[in-house]
Amino acid sequence: MTQKTPGAAPRDVRFDEFHSQHSLKNAAIAARKRNYQDFLIVDVDAHHYESESYADVFEFIESPVIRRHAIESSRRGGRSSMLGGAVGDQGLGGRITRHWLRGKERVEDTSKHRDITTTLRWMDAMGVDYCCLFPTPMLFLGTHPQVEIEVAMARAYNRWLCERILAHEKRIISMLYLPFNDPDETYRMVKDFGDKKGVVGFMITAPRYKPVHDNAYMKTYRLLEEMGKPISFHAAYNWSDQSLALTNRFISVHALGFMWFNMVHMTNWVINGLPERFPKLKVMWIESGLTWAYSLMQRLDHSYMMRTSDCPALKRKPSEYMREMFFSSQPMEIPDDPSILEATFKMIKADTQLVWSSDYPHWDFDLPGVIYDQPFLSEQAKRNILGGNAARFFGLDTAPVKNIPIYE
Amino acid sequence: MTEIFVGKSSNLKDDAQIIVRGARGEIGVFRHEGAFYAYANTCLHSGGPACEGLILPQVVDVIDENRAYRGQVFDETRMHFVCPWHGWEYELKTGVCVGDRKQRLRKYEVVQRGDDVFVIE
Repeated sequence: MTQKTPGAAPRDVRFDEFHSQHSLKNAAIAARKRNYQDFLIVDVDAHHYESESYADVFEFIESPVIRRHAIESSRRGGRSSMLGGAVGDQGLGGRITRHWLRGKERVEDTSKHRDITTTLRWMDAMGVDYCCLFPTPMLFLGTHPQVEIEVAMARAYNRWLCERILAHEKRIISMLYLPFNDPDETYRMVKDFGDKKGVVGFMITAPRYKPVHDNAYMKTYRLLEEMGKPISFHAAYNWSDQSLALTNRFISVHALGFMWFNMVHMTNWVINGLPERFPKLKVMWIESGLTWAYSLMQRLDHSYMMRTSDCPALKRKPSEYMREMFFSSQPMEIPDDPSILEATFKMIKADTQLVWSSDYPHWDFDLPGVIYDQPFLSEQAKRNILGGNAARFFGLDTAPVKNIPIYE
Repeated sequence: MTEIFVGKSSNLKDDAQIIVRGARGEIGVFRHEGAFYAYANTCLHSGGPACEGLILPQVVDVIDENRAYRGQVFDETRMHFVCPWHGWEYELKTGVCVGDRKQRLRKYEVVQRGDDVFVIE
């Protein structure tokens, strides 16, 4: 017999329209099936494309000279510009269709920035209550050769983000970009923006060449600790890095680069005894997955027992300090043998230290199901990782506030 | 067994992609070189709408007689459809997952009665 159910009419797959929520319809159905509406889900690493708002962001650049460079050079797309851009086709030759369809998304409400509307659309579809929003092209700004450009863009973007986004939507929070190549400006950023609405911490983009243990940063770490604001390191790659330049495919530079810089910073952070110097400073490592930490803990512990004289500031094994830090989950490696994943979770003390992240709308985003569907986790552990641990880290209210759409 | 109407064959151009609703979820129907193929519209990776992405050929590394790499080409005889969420690729004619050939999407039979095209669930 022929099915003639109302509303079940065949539909064409279309490449001339986009809606952040409808494109995640399957995620919303999964969210309802798993009862995500009943508990808190916090996404500690999500993104928008601040470059789509550069015309507005540039107006926040304080220096009229740099502002003019930014505006003028951005008018000629495809040529060199003040900011430049990272090499690497994240969109897989157009296969990740949301990357090129997103410009077709319609937003009727013009009373607030469209990024608020589109962000809430995908958050509700996934079942996310709060998301920590980060920029995208600026993840590579730490390698800009002109330090004053990093400082100018960081201040402009942070002011723009606070005024245009965070002030208007409580479900969107952020750890603000720190212009780490200038230690004094890094300190000033924390001073000036630490108390702004929606600012739940500060973020250092990992691809850069300043050591985190440099004495110039101690006053900033101390200030953060006193303010109770966390610090985080957001991974990315730098294809111009001398070692990573040996790779010839994006998959390679991405797999290595997103671990490499965080491994270096983590090693310096621990071996130089920063956890002993700033015991109350909360630290999060973002977007390196999980296996790097599992590996580094074992490497450092093994050497530490023979070389305690190299790192006399430590009173415990390196892994013990690392296990007190927080790790974002995405891109979560899912090995064929689930016992390996279970061991990884155990190694990093996932029940209390792992925080789920989507990285949406980037090409390798994760859904909450990567955590919720793991059979070795208790219901409480799932809820901790999906929201409870982040609520503790950021000091968020734990009552769910999302509105998951109903598609079935 | 249920027959789900897809459309009029005369209206379904080559490389058409149609989504219909079955009892177990959505089904993606492709028309390619005159033939029809239908698969569950749920990616084996994380549940994305696997049949709602681009149709692209297999990418092939060109290795010469000295085993040296000579660039990449598309193999138009091996067409894939790509899940738009993360890029998992499936063979258009079989539903086999390109990255792990042990996995494949659930396949559905497609029948034509006159000008009407149906998926059988």
